[in-house]
Amino acid sequence: MRFMLLFSRQGKLRLQKWYLATADKDKKKMVRELMQVVLARKPKMCSFLEWRDLKVVYKRYASLYFCCAIEGQDNELITLELIHRYVELLDKYFGSVCELDIIFNFEKAYFILDEFVMGGEIQDTSKKSVLKAIEQADLLQEVREGPPMNPLVGPKLPYGPLIAL
Amino acid sequence: MPAVSKGDGMRGLAVFISDIRNCKSKEAEIKRINKELANIRSKFKGDKALDGYSKKKYVCKLLFIFLLGHDIDFGHMEAVNLLSSNRYTEKQIGYLFISVLVNSNSELIRLINNAIKNDLASRNPTFMGLALHCIANVGSREMAEAFAGEIPKILVAGDTMDSVKQSAALCLLRLYRTSPDLVPMGDWTSRVVHLLNDQHLGVVTAATSLITTLAQKNPEEFKTSVSLAVSRLSRIVTSASTDLQDYTYYFVPAPWLSVKLLRLLQCYPPPEDPAVRGRLTECLETILNKAQEPPKSKKVQHSNAKNAVLFEAISLIIHHDSEPNLLVRACNQLGQFLQHRETNLRYLALESMCTLASSEFSHEAVKTHIETVINALKTERDVSVRQRAVDLLYAMCDRSNAQQIVAEMLNYLETADYSIREEIVLKVAILAEKYAVDYTWYVDTILNLIRIAGDYVSEEVWYRVIQIVINRDDVQGYAAKTVFEALQAPACHENLVKVGGYILGEFGNLIAGDPRSSPLIQFNLLHSKFHLCSVPTRALLLSTYIKFVNLFPEIKTTIQDVLRSDSQLKNADVELQQRAVEYLRLSTIASTDILATVLEEMPPFPERESSILAKLKKKKGPGTVTDLEEIKKERSSDMNGSAEPASVNASAVSTPSPSADLLGLGAAPLTNSAPAPSSSGSLLVDVFSDSASAVAPLAPGSDDNFARFVCKNNGVLFENQLLQIGLKSEFRQNLGRMFIFYGNKTSTQFLNFTPTVICSDDLQSSLNLQTKPVDPTVDGGAQVQQVVNIECVSDFMEAPILNIQFRYGGTFQNLSVKLPITLNKFFQPTEMSSQDFFQRWKQLSNPKQEVQNIFKAKHPMDAEITKAKIIGFGSALLEEVDPNPANFVGAGIIHTKTTQIGCLLRLEPNLQAQLIVTADSNMK
Repeated sequence: MRFMLLFSRQGKLRLQKWYLATADKDKKKMVRELMQVVLARKPKMCSFLEWRDLKVVYKRYASLYFCCAIEGQDNELITLELIHRYVELLDKYFGSVCELDIIFNFEKAYFILDEFVMGGEIQDTSKKSVLKAIEQADLLQEVREGPPMNPLVGPKLPYGPLIAL
Repeated sequence: MPAVSKGDGMRGLAVFISDIRNCKSKEAEIKRINKELANIRSKFKGDKALDGYSKKKYVCKLLFIFLLGHDIDFGHMEAVNLLSSNRYTEKQIGYLFISVLVNSNSELIRLINNAIKNDLASRNPTFMGLALHCIANVGSREMAEAFAGEIPKILVAGDTMDSVKQSAALCLLRLYRTSPDLVPMGDWTSRVVHLLNDQHLGVVTAATSLITTLAQKNPEEFKTSVSLAVSRLSRIVTSASTDLQDYTYYFVPAPWLSVKLLRLLQCYPPPEDPAVRGRLTECLETILNKAQEPPKSKKVQHSNAKNAVLFEAISLIIHHDSEPNLLVRACNQLGQFLQHRETNLRYLALESMCTLASSEFSHEAVKTHIETVINALKTERDVSVRQRAVDLLYAMCDRSNAQQIVAEMLNYLETADYSIREEIVLKVAILAEKYAVDYTWYVDTILNLIRIAGDYVSEEVWYRVIQIVINRDDVQGYAAKTVFEALQAPACHENLVKVGGYILGEFGNLIAGDPRSSPLIQFNLLHSKFHLCSVPTRALLLSTYIKFVNLFPEIKTTIQDVLRSDSQLKNADVELQQRAVEYLRLSTIASTDILATVLEEMPPFPERESSILAKLKKKKGPGTVTDLEEIKKERSSDMNGSAEPASVNASAVSTPSPSADLLGLGAAPLTNSAPAPSSSGSLLVDVFSDSASAVAPLAPGSDDNFARFVCKNNGVLFENQLLQIGLKSEFRQNLGRMFIFYGNKTSTQFLNFTPTVICSDDLQSSLNLQTKPVDPTVDGGAQVQQVVNIECVSDFMEAPILNIQFRYGGTFQNLSVKLPITLNKFFQPTEMSSQDFFQRWKQLSNPKQEVQNIFKAKHPMDAEITKAKIIGFGSALLEEVDPNPANFVGAGIIHTKTTQIGCLLRLEPNLQAQLIVTADSNMK
């Protein structure tokens, strides 16, 4: 995989992960261009498209688009399921994850992705293994960091859970 | 799991994010961010030492600001400090910041590397994991230099935890991708292969990715992975869906690992060991069988995972291309998918069938789906699916269905999306030429192309139709009539005016007898378009006019009046003005004879398709011997439409496959009956595979392309997804000129575009090349041209290398191709009588002056094609010289600045389709 992007229907980038060194300027350009292409597509269209010299695999979950760029030989369907597994991991971790969780806990979204995918290749496909790694890390966390948090902003509803139950 | 751990208590961060989200405008957001940046800056600069928590919080805020798209130019040092914290979350945020925001600031890199070193040595698996992730995320050369030696040790150490092994494997993979030269191969490689047997499926998954990448570049070293991968795959495929516990994904056992193992196997040919091979075939059959079973779940995840494995298995079947039974089963399976209700599956089936169409075992099976594919072209609502359908139609096209496919593509072109029109135009043009039996059909097709999608018809396409019309006299009258009719349309595309202008200028006389297309009517028709055309087209039309003066003396004065008008003679464009002035003078002062000579009908274009791969053998001593040692042809299913020899022979090839050899002599010599050339000082040099390049490795496939140019001067030398390199060249005696066209196929600029022509030291003394620099920026879709002036000083063996470097979308591109400047380009044909020929032939009896080779031909020979090859090679084709009419005889002189070398050659096919090639030469 060359990179993964998460962005909202409004075209706000929520997460970007690059697996090949790319200049900042080019990253911005690619993100803009690809968001435009993907957002212009209608529902029911196929989840794959050719873009530049890459294949793009994307899927929309509630308000968020998950988008992976892979290389010619890579398997599209398994990439689609890689996206789904990542969403499941987020969902399990946050409990009915929604876009706001990813906005406010962006660092966690990165950590979970890192445990799951490394250097563009899947590291472990077992949900248990990945979550165990994240939990262990959370246990190492210091307890003395300020008061517990209340829900930060109003209801999550407009952003809806990514996976409908 | 409830959200016990959501966030880690950085309240300040949450408040800041909330603030940003509440900003009503971009300005407000920027203001809020600047305020925060100022605050963080003052905290970092303040006298009071910050505790770890605050540092973490501020670094995290900076990261957030950066991810919003703002530049961050400080905080790196604080992040590096966090790396050495003993608190996990502080370390974690530090690493995240470094991973996202690293730049090659050398001082910091040293500090970062130190921190990573400590963590790798800590034996704490969580810290080691963080460090490995950071290396993989940054993946820079500096990182590779520092850690590429260390990571293999961690990977294969007996006491390494599984999770660390996984990270180490993928980290190494990442470093290998960036800097393969820095990853030392060694004992560890065999131990890595054995990770395929590991009990932990996560370890196997990560290791398979690493092994696949390594095996692509070092197949020998990782050969043992084949049997291990097969047995692993077999165990997975035959396991019950619950056996693999958490590695079962929606009832599919280990789909990711299965896909990766199948991918690894695609680095190798089918296994040699019959037992392994049998086991693999069983696996593939099982996978195909499972596709027919009822689904274990209605969820799309189940079918996606299952089909991911299925498609990868089909890729492997196609890659092996050796089991007809499996290939046909794969094709039937894909056929089912073509009509599946899931768009994704239809898309993938079309894509996968494209490769299946090129296998001789399944080509026919693919063809049976033609109606479904045509239907997809008409009814699919998604352009990316339609694009796949076009690709597949192109791939399945052969002589039997060409007319239908071309007609459907033309049909589709009328409504096709703009983004894919040009590609369809090229495909139609290639197919029409490749499978034309009736050339009137070809002409109609191309004119239709121009009518429907004139804007997308590139120069190559309309050049080509002209070349073909000129080379085939049976179609010239029809072409003239057809363009004349097409030009009647009130609005016709400028490309049609170009084709029409050229063809009428050459062959207008063929239809001038009909009063409806009398010379004057032809002229008036063309001239009515003149004012609407661009300068290059007008220039072309002016040339047509002067040709008309020659063809139709009766309208000379009308044409002279036009040329004489102010709008021509005083045209602001220099080219037009010059043509008008010169043509007017020519028409006034030249006698009819001179005019007829100057404006004689164009000679046939030399055949473009090359099929002779010659090897030149150099000998020292008094004679220089040219050895036409190997005749080889390329696949005629070449994408390069401009190089198809349809005009030579469209139907004589008796082999069924569209990719069959035309000449089919691609065999190594059986014996070399010439005196052994192995004496000292006699070096066999292969011009085509012996490159002097020290730059970038030659692009794959470039040798094939290079070989094509031995007998032709124009065409596409190289093409990948980004760049197309085309050539046009001309040679006369010992001089030549080559135009290199670099086409940017993307929509993005190429930057720092630097093509360099490189000659080895040896070559420099024999070949003088002068190149002009090109503009370093090549816009998306643009083409730039570079001129190379060539002088052959003395005979030479190797070819110069063309190295091209540029930046595209942030990545550095570096590629090299051999530039087809070969000695035979300086060949001048020589005609001689039979008596002369054999007298000279006998004189050249010195062993050093003669070389003979015998080849086995794979396919029947066609005399016309062979003749074209010999002419294309540069020598004269001497007919009726050899007493045996089956033989081919050629003669010519190679011109260099210092000397001229006469060469004679004879090609003696025999009944068993063996071939003898003899070449003699001498120094004059």
